[in-house]
Amino acid sequence: MKIARDIAPPILPLSLEDMGYAVGGKTLLSGITLRIEAGQRLVVMGANGAGKSLFLRLCHGLIDPTQGRRRWASDEARAEAQAMVFQRPVLLRRSVAANLDYPLALKGLPRAARRETVARTLDRFGLNDLAERPARLLSGGEQQRLALARAWAMRPQVLFLDEPSSALDPSATRIIEEMVAQFSDEGITIVMTTHDLGQARRLAAQVAFLHRGRLIEHRPAAEFFAGPEAAEARAFLAGDLIW
Amino acid sequence: MTHARRFILSAASGLALIAALPATAQDFITVASTTSTENSGLFGHILPMFQEETGIEVRVVSQGTGQALETGRRGDADVVFVHARAQEEQFVADGYGVQRFDVMYNDFVIVGPGDDPAEVRMAADATAAMTAIAVAEAAFASRGDDSGTHVAEANLWAAAGVAPAGRWYLSTGSGMGATLNTAAQVPAYALTDRGTWLSFENRGDLEIVFEGDPVLFNPYGIILVNPERHAHVKAEQGQAFIDWVTSDEGQAAIADFTVGGEQLFFPSAA
Amino acid sequence: MGGPFATAFSLIASGDPALMQIIGLSLRVTLTAVLMACAVGLPLGAALALARFPGRGAVIVVFNALMGLPPVVAGLIVYLMLSRSGPFGSLALLFTPTAMIIAQTLLILPIVISLTRSVVEDLWAEYREQLLSLGAGRLRAVPTLLWDGRVSLLTGVLAGFGRASAEVGAVLIVGGNIAGHTRTMTTAITLETARGQLGLAVALGIILLTLTLTLNAIAWGAGQWARGRLG
Ligand SMILES: Nc1ncnc2c1ncn2[C@@H]1O[C@H](COP(=O)(O)OP(=O)(O)OP(=O)(O)O)[C@@H](O)[C@H]1O
Ligand SMILES: [Mg+2]
Repeated sequence: MKIARDIAPPILPLSLEDMGYAVGGKTLLSGITLRIEAGQRLVVMGANGAGKSLFLRLCHGLIDPTQGRRRWASDEARAEAQAMVFQRPVLLRRSVAANLDYPLALKGLPRAARRETVARTLDRFGLNDLAERPARLLSGGEQQRLALARAWAMRPQVLFLDEPSSALDPSATRIIEEMVAQFSDEGITIVMTTHDLGQARRLAAQVAFLHRGRLIEHRPAAEFFAGPEAAEARAFLAGDLIW
Repeated sequence: MTHARRFILSAASGLALIAALPATAQDFITVASTTSTENSGLFGHILPMFQEETGIEVRVVSQGTGQALETGRRGDADVVFVHARAQEEQFVADGYGVQRFDVMYNDFVIVGPGDDPAEVRMAADATAAMTAIAVAEAAFASRGDDSGTHVAEANLWAAAGVAPAGRWYLSTGSGMGATLNTAAQVPAYALTDRGTWLSFENRGDLEIVFEGDPVLFNPYGIILVNPERHAHVKAEQGQAFIDWVTSDEGQAAIADFTVGGEQLFFPSAA
Repeated sequence: MGGPFATAFSLIASGDPALMQIIGLSLRVTLTAVLMACAVGLPLGAALALARFPGRGAVIVVFNALMGLPPVVAGLIVYLMLSRSGPFGSLALLFTPTAMIIAQTLLILPIVISLTRSVVEDLWAEYREQLLSLGAGRLRAVPTLLWDGRVSLLTGVLAGFGRASAEVGAVLIVGGNIAGHTRTMTTAITLETARGQLGLAVALGIILLTLTLTLNAIAWGAGQWARGRLG
């Protein structure tokens, strides 16, 4: 099932050209050249501290590269039609429904349209019973689900997810994965990080492997999992410590 | 966000509330007077009569004498009603006031501990009383605030040829009430106007130990602030108040005022 | 201390109109000042938390220091401004409740600004990227942060209320303690103390304390309720 994502001009592909990021003289990410095509399901992998979160924040436009370029097809400095689910999402101190409404109001959607979208989102993510509950008092799994729902309600063309299920139990993880798969089916481009190899195998169409701030492999998932070229990636898949 | 809108709305209505506040201004004058006069309760007695008759509300700002005159100089009052003759005459001479009228007088008394360690009760006149206190180095609480009372006290010390200083001389730098509170605690002698003393309740051991010397008389004057200097001065209503206070009726009202059965102020208008 | 308490109680019970007027004026002046200080101080404090400009550190230090501004000094400044011989003399505001509100607003504004800045700064560190991601820029983030920090901000507002309701120096100078017009709880207490009516003064103090206690209890209860309800 493909749903047309709005009238907004397509923002993808996203081109990263020799992108790097340094802070305080320390280079944290460098030489990243990559094209993220529309409809992609890209999983970014790498050890702790490899630079995965940094990579997503750069792509999403929360920080700007200190080196190289990040270019959207729409030529916007920071494309609007994108959303991100953080490793530790921040929910506002208000009800679940109000959390969903917040980004829609920021987009300037009229009240009626917002109400309609919020209702549809609550429904779709099984949050109806929680609609009036304070978001901060939800369980970890429920909070993650709400963060995902909030991102979805923004109707992004591309969705960045930073370890969306790292703190969840297996069944909650499964729910999140199903949702991500559905988003992808709807035409939303997915860029996510994960430490869960099984999850990566289930969701990835493409894999980008980061090691010490460098992109050392970027290939279709099937090829990557069949046998990565880089020794570090092989060691990573084998579960050996690489640092 | 509806919360933000609600917040802004309530803030705005708050501002509107402020804007509406000064709308109460009707027919009133502002009189700068001294704390001791206000504390005695005199105004509470005479002002309702004046307002009843003329419809003019009198708002009394009670301050120290120096501050009250300064309030007049700055044009922040329409009428000044104080008791510091020399300063009042200077005020008029400098062109801040139109003319000074005598209104009434009360008197100062010396209060002190009942056992009277300096034997002030034996003194023949006020100068002798002050000398006795200084010689005995008995504790003395002074206003020390350049008020009319403080000026009167300084004149008495000068007449006695004493430059008061030392551990026995306590300069409180505050109002009459606060000074009396201090005197009651120590206990110490103090110079006070009779009005404040009579309505003062926290006397402790203190009693009047000396009174009656004519140098202790304390004349009150009333002055209209000069409209030529401050055009906004409500000269007409201010003058109406001055006329009333110095009229037979106003003078009678002043003489009528008693505290604990004692008359506090003695009319003196010509 | 049975005396003052009994006096306080019978004063209240008597419903003495002069007393009610004094209580009413005290509440009106202080609450309006708090409202004004919030209307100005909350957005300004939040802006100070988010803005980056040269000299920002100095501005923060100045506002922190101003929290200790002696009420008499605040009163004196407002007095000189509003006096007929001052720059705003033509407004004829000296010795009016409005003047008292202005003085108290000036007095508590630094408290509201400083506490807001510190609360919002902490919150911004946590929220910054998430809000940016959701589409809120710095300016748009201000009301969001204020709203999400509301429980902590309440503490700052209460501190401001406490300072305003307790102070006498500023309202005495700019209000003049005019009976029936600018006499508040604190200036009445000062007056009764000066008259040696210590019992009455303490009774008024008890009433003032009770009012402050009640308002604080309400605010605290509201804070607890919000914390429980909204996380
Ligand atoms: N603002 C910063 N200043 C200094 N160092 C930073 C900053 N942000 C990130 N780093 C460092 O950059 C490196 C990459 O961080 P990043 O959060 O991207 O790692 P990650 O791959 O997401 O790790 P994890 O799997 O643990 O989430 C880390 O060593 C981190 O300490
Ligand atoms: Mg990370």
